[in-house]
Amino acid sequence: MTTVEAAVVDTPAAGTATPRRRRVLRRLLRAPLALTGLIVLVVAMLVALLAPVLAPYPPTQTSFASTFLPPGSPGHVLGTDSLGRDILSRIIYGTRASLVVGVLSVILALVVGVPLGLLAGYFGRMDSVISRFTDVVLAFPFLILAVGLAAIRGASLSNAALAIGIAQIPGMIRVSRSETLRLKGLDYVSAAVAEGASDLWILSRHILPNAVSVLIVQATVAIPAAILGEAVLSFLGLGIQPPAPSLGTMLSEAQRYIARAPWTAVMPGLAIIALTLAFNLCGDGLRDALDPKASRR
Amino acid sequence: MGRYLRRRLGHSAVTLVLATMVVFAGVRALPGDPALALAGEERDPASLEAVREQYGLNDPVWLQYLHYLQNFLTGDLGRSVRTNIPVTELLVSALPVTLELSFLALLVASLVGVLTGILAAVRRGKPAEWLANGFALIGLSVPNFWLGLMAILYLAVAVPLFPASGYVPFREDPAANLHHMVLPAVILGFGLAAVIMRQTRSSMLESMSTDYIRTARAKGLAERSVIGVHALRNSLIVVVTIVGLQLGALISGAVVTEQIFGLPGFGKLTVDSVFQRDYPVIQGVVLVTATAYIVINLLVDLLYSVIDPRIRVTGEVA
Amino acid sequence: MTTSTRSDLTPAPDESTAGEPLLQVRDLSVRFRTEDGTLSAVDGVSFDARAGELLAVVGESGCGKSVTAMALSGLLPGSATVTGSVRLDGVELVGAGAATLRQARGGKIAYIFQEPMTSLNPVFTVGRQISEVLRVHEGMSKKQALARAAELLDLVGIPSARERLKQYPHQLSGGMRQRVMIAMSVACNPRVLVADEPTTALDVTVQAGILDVLRDLRDRLGAAVVLITHDLGVVADVADRVMVMYAGRVVERGEVHEFFAHPRHQYSVGLLGAVPAARVHGTRQRLREIPGLVPVLAQQPDACTFADRCPAADDTCRTSRPPLTRAPQSAHEAACWHPATEVNRAVPEAGAGEAEART
Repeated sequence: MTTVEAAVVDTPAAGTATPRRRRVLRRLLRAPLALTGLIVLVVAMLVALLAPVLAPYPPTQTSFASTFLPPGSPGHVLGTDSLGRDILSRIIYGTRASLVVGVLSVILALVVGVPLGLLAGYFGRMDSVISRFTDVVLAFPFLILAVGLAAIRGASLSNAALAIGIAQIPGMIRVSRSETLRLKGLDYVSAAVAEGASDLWILSRHILPNAVSVLIVQATVAIPAAILGEAVLSFLGLGIQPPAPSLGTMLSEAQRYIARAPWTAVMPGLAIIALTLAFNLCGDGLRDALDPKASRR
Repeated sequence: MGRYLRRRLGHSAVTLVLATMVVFAGVRALPGDPALALAGEERDPASLEAVREQYGLNDPVWLQYLHYLQNFLTGDLGRSVRTNIPVTELLVSALPVTLELSFLALLVASLVGVLTGILAAVRRGKPAEWLANGFALIGLSVPNFWLGLMAILYLAVAVPLFPASGYVPFREDPAANLHHMVLPAVILGFGLAAVIMRQTRSSMLESMSTDYIRTARAKGLAERSVIGVHALRNSLIVVVTIVGLQLGALISGAVVTEQIFGLPGFGKLTVDSVFQRDYPVIQGVVLVTATAYIVINLLVDLLYSVIDPRIRVTGEVA
Repeated sequence: MTTSTRSDLTPAPDESTAGEPLLQVRDLSVRFRTEDGTLSAVDGVSFDARAGELLAVVGESGCGKSVTAMALSGLLPGSATVTGSVRLDGVELVGAGAATLRQARGGKIAYIFQEPMTSLNPVFTVGRQISEVLRVHEGMSKKQALARAAELLDLVGIPSARERLKQYPHQLSGGMRQRVMIAMSVACNPRVLVADEPTTALDVTVQAGILDVLRDLRDRLGAAVVLITHDLGVVADVADRVMVMYAGRVVERGEVHEFFAHPRHQYSVGLLGAVPAARVHGTRQRLREIPGLVPVLAQQPDACTFADRCPAADDTCRTSRPPLTRAPQSAHEAACWHPATEVNRAVPEAGAGEAEART
């Protein structure tokens, strides 16, 4: 073609762009909301790790003399519940339980879901099988699934984590599958195939590393959902069993006395909100930082 | 469209069959002797043997499965261990409550979600957007059962605006029925509204930066038309898909909401039956819910194909 | 920092072929706010678009030609600041209110974009999208508008127009979609038609057809056509006048034959020098390239932006910005301190350089 481009040796560089990772980090740290979320998360994780040290009382210690103490009472910053247990301590341990369940279940979902998604996206024949499998799991709404599992295996923390993890698997499969499909179509993959790279090589060296950012974002969405899931299950009595502290069980116990001691319901709820909000803010911040379209702001 | 529909129908059928198998396997995985589980009170060997005969527990597995399927298709889901009422009857009486709750919640959530989503997309960078985003963030982070408790605390107990619990059938007293439904529907719809709002906003933003919107502007169309007609129409496709995906969450949310507000629906039935070890009921609930979910998803896909001409005309997803 | 030079555009005595200027652009500048600072995309561009004339705007990617086109009727995003003057039929468009712009768009100035695949709304029928313009600007009823839409499709050479009206964009080929876009844009008889690389995304075989349509419209409607392209073959084929842009500025402007015969700006010389000439007795010539890169500018310097790559550059070029000056006894202008002279090249035929360029 007799184009003007033919007259030039090089096409101009697309701006003297800063390296991608630094740009992402810069964007993330610039957003005050995401930063706040990150700080809250770090604090929460420290609290969870140092629970035995930080909690002023053992979480299951009852005291019939000091039941229903309002927040601000001497010795009980957040008050006590119907059995005289210190709410602050229970919240600290409950947060730990929530984080444990949240992270475990998402790890389960990642370990099972990502490879399945990669395979489904890469190999057409496996796609239909895996997609049917995903559909079947999805056919059971989360609580129905949890109910079924509780009926079979009983109610406990580990079964709650299992139920939540299973419920998260389809999401992970979907995300990694669609990323794989997208990446598979890119030129450098075709180039690798042309050079004789094996499927495993391509999957592990070319596709997976590039899908990581999307997966991280998905994980930051999945964890707060898992935390909420644990709370719901415990609330209904299908998860962590009393007297073990859990934010969900605290709320179900509080329901009975809500008129008399509203703080027993408000406090654990606020703790859940703080956790999930922090994760969501971080996740949002991360997504915005990774998304090139954000620069149009 | 025929090709697309036939394919989806096939998929749904396969999924349904697989789901029934899963439930069947689950029932057989119940701890202890299934005869004991199904027999309920009568535990002597003779009764147990009668139960085994009745439920065909001595037959080979595949035959049991076929009987199981046959029962399912004819509507025989067994009887409640506790009350001996046919499971089907229990489900049918609980269904209207849950349907009404879900429908109202969906209505509220869609209206609020779509409108705020459009608002947030159009007023980008202005305070309205931050407000809308904040609302969505809260909706996604607040556990809806806690919100329910707070609602009861402040709107039913402290200030008796609404009833804290209970249900009045619509036929008996429409006004009272709605009065009881307001809080649960809003609470249930709240989280869903947040999801819908986010999705509407992001898909509107995407639509608004496309080439065809540039063309619409270049044609000299009023901004109202550009956004409300050209961009929105494209975004609705995405929103419908998302709502379809949220149905599962809606059902889960309904379970909890009914528990809090004491509504005698599906959800309450489910939870109660777990604690009462009423296995036939549990099985019935799980099976019916899964089936309903698969069918509804199929309908959503149908709707999707009607809205998106690319699918309607060529039968392939664009 | 920025010293924009006003250029005098009173028509030279021998320019009588074209009609009155329908679009008068003076000193148009566009700056963008980006994450990395301000970007100057267009600087002091001035030109006229005359009735019944096709003006080709040529330049490489990034020279600001598309931005200029979009700036004319205010189609740039909010991060852009537009200064200068754009007068369409006597109405000022820069800084005009929304109502004024809306009236101008579609009715007086229409666009044809580069990507026919994505420029049409996928969820509405072709008929609906064309008739929409007619109903908004000419107040036609739905029935009238559809009838007129069918006529327009005929006009641009789409067979079975009536059936096409009911079809969706994804059912049409790229060339047909582009014709639909053209039909849509001329629906209200606009005075100015801006075509932004209308053939770039299409096959070569389809290109000729589209160019024919454009040429036809120029003749039949008497509209002023502004054609943006980077293909010199297209310029030679359909343009009446040509304007060369470099790094956001106009560097050369004039009548097309004159341009190909006697290019004056060193950049133009370089461009045309890169055109593979017809082989003479089987000899081969190496394509002459312009070394260096097009600069991406944060601000426009008071110098010639091409100086770094120019073989004839000297200190004057680097320290002061050359204004558009007219060659003696002609209407041909170039912004160059040392314009080329005594250069004579054969006018390349559209597509002639194809085979050579593909080596």
